[in-house]
Amino acid sequence: MRALNFGDVVFLAKGALWTLALFFVSLVGGSVIGIALALMRTSPWRPLRWFALGYFRLIQGTPVLMQIFLIYFGTALLGFEFGALLSAGLALSINAGAFLGEIWASSIDSVGKGQSEAARVLGLRYGTTMWHIVIPQAMRVATPPTVGFLVQLVKGTAMASFVGFVELTRASQMINNATFQPFVIFGGVSLLYFAICWPLSLLSSRLEARLAKAYTR
Amino acid sequence: MDTPVLEMRQVAKRFGAFQALANVDLKVGRGERVIVCGPSGSGKSTLIRCIVGLEQHEHGTILFDGAPIDLRSRTSPIRSGQIGMVFQQFNLFPHLTVLQNCTIAPIKVRGSTRAEAERKARDLLARVGIEDQADKFPGQLSGGQQQRVAIARALCMQPRALLFDEPTSALDPEMVQEVLNVMVSLARDGMTMICVTHEMGFAREVADRIVFMDRGEIVEVAPPAAFFAAPKNERTRAFLSRIL
Ligand SMILES: Nc1ncnc2c1ncn2[C@@H]1O[C@H](COP(=O)(O)OP(=O)(O)O)[C@@H](O)[C@H]1O
Ligand SMILES: [Mg+2]
Repeated sequence: MRALNFGDVVFLAKGALWTLALFFVSLVGGSVIGIALALMRTSPWRPLRWFALGYFRLIQGTPVLMQIFLIYFGTALLGFEFGALLSAGLALSINAGAFLGEIWASSIDSVGKGQSEAARVLGLRYGTTMWHIVIPQAMRVATPPTVGFLVQLVKGTAMASFVGFVELTRASQMINNATFQPFVIFGGVSLLYFAICWPLSLLSSRLEARLAKAYTR
Repeated sequence: MDTPVLEMRQVAKRFGAFQALANVDLKVGRGERVIVCGPSGSGKSTLIRCIVGLEQHEHGTILFDGAPIDLRSRTSPIRSGQIGMVFQQFNLFPHLTVLQNCTIAPIKVRGSTRAEAERKARDLLARVGIEDQADKFPGQLSGGQQQRVAIARALCMQPRALLFDEPTSALDPEMVQEVLNVMVSLARDGMTMICVTHEMGFAREVADRIVFMDRGEIVEVAPPAAFFAAPKNERTRAFLSRIL
């Protein structure tokens, strides 16, 4: 047993940075997958709609941890060394894509059919209609559940510690093993997680206020 | 005779087992004003929606300027905005200003410059009497004003024909006239129009022909004087006695 020192704080800070990095990787990957799935889910083409629905059900109905294990150990077995960051980032992206995709598909659905019909009769193409007419309106509905999910995603990055990735949670366990100061360490680390999530909620209220102001009813 | 602007030949449309349109034949010449009426569920909206391609008919042909409409073609009159439509529920874009509602299609579809599109839009907004609302959002306008914006938005694409589906049915009674006035002035200026409406005073004033539909069929077509004075068909008489 030893005392907590400055090196431990640096170690934790590094862990927090890795947590952030993992979050951003998953956010970007999950958003790309989520947008593609949301567009498939709301497309007029039935096989695409079914594919998206199948993806949502399958990925949402299985544990993230198993998805991380599958990719980490699976790729290793097949001879690709993805490593912990890439495996966890990929698994979390695939997982986030399922949740974001479903949130965004239902937000797109919440924009009345009359909107895309009016756009279509004016001659606007699908892409223009989505980008300029449907998505801006869907964003208003999508913002609160999206941010709610992103907060879960920040906390979900801790799963990466199971494949040996030293992010914030793993770092705190390691330091606790050396110093046994659970209250200070885990209390402090919880605050660090909170410090990452809090700005997300702030951003959400900002965005909601701005989108609401755009059209006063 | 000139080629009709719009022509429907033996058009039929089903929803599942339900026959919404049955063998509809209709010709609309340049500058002609056709009013469509009939009981609820008789297929009036379906007729309009088939013409603009919001519903796909399974039989028959719809021609524009004598050429069958091919919805898959980029140059089809719908995908290039040559047939305008005004909806019962306006369907304005709530997150765009009145002016943006009117300029988005000319800019994106026609490739107009913003300045050009805005100048044209302001002209047309003036024409429907709401130039001073150009920078507001649709939600800040009354229903009558919103419907007039919707008409201006359609006009901005310089359509060759303008279709209306019960444009005044969602309005409070005191706002109906302001919308009808705009439509009368369009009719006077020679716009080719098909209008589904139960405003029989308006029909009498502007219609070249009145089409009566029932159960997916066109039952009777006649000029207004004959239509109101001496309807030939039993179903038309029954309908008129209910609404007049
Ligand atoms: N998308 C649809 N699916 C199933 N039935 C429909 C659909 N649209 C319209 N119908 C049916 O077709 C009939 C004609 O509808 P519509 O053209 O809207 O009539 P109208 O405009 O004359 O009131 C109605 O009985 C309606 O229930
Ligand atoms: Mg109708």
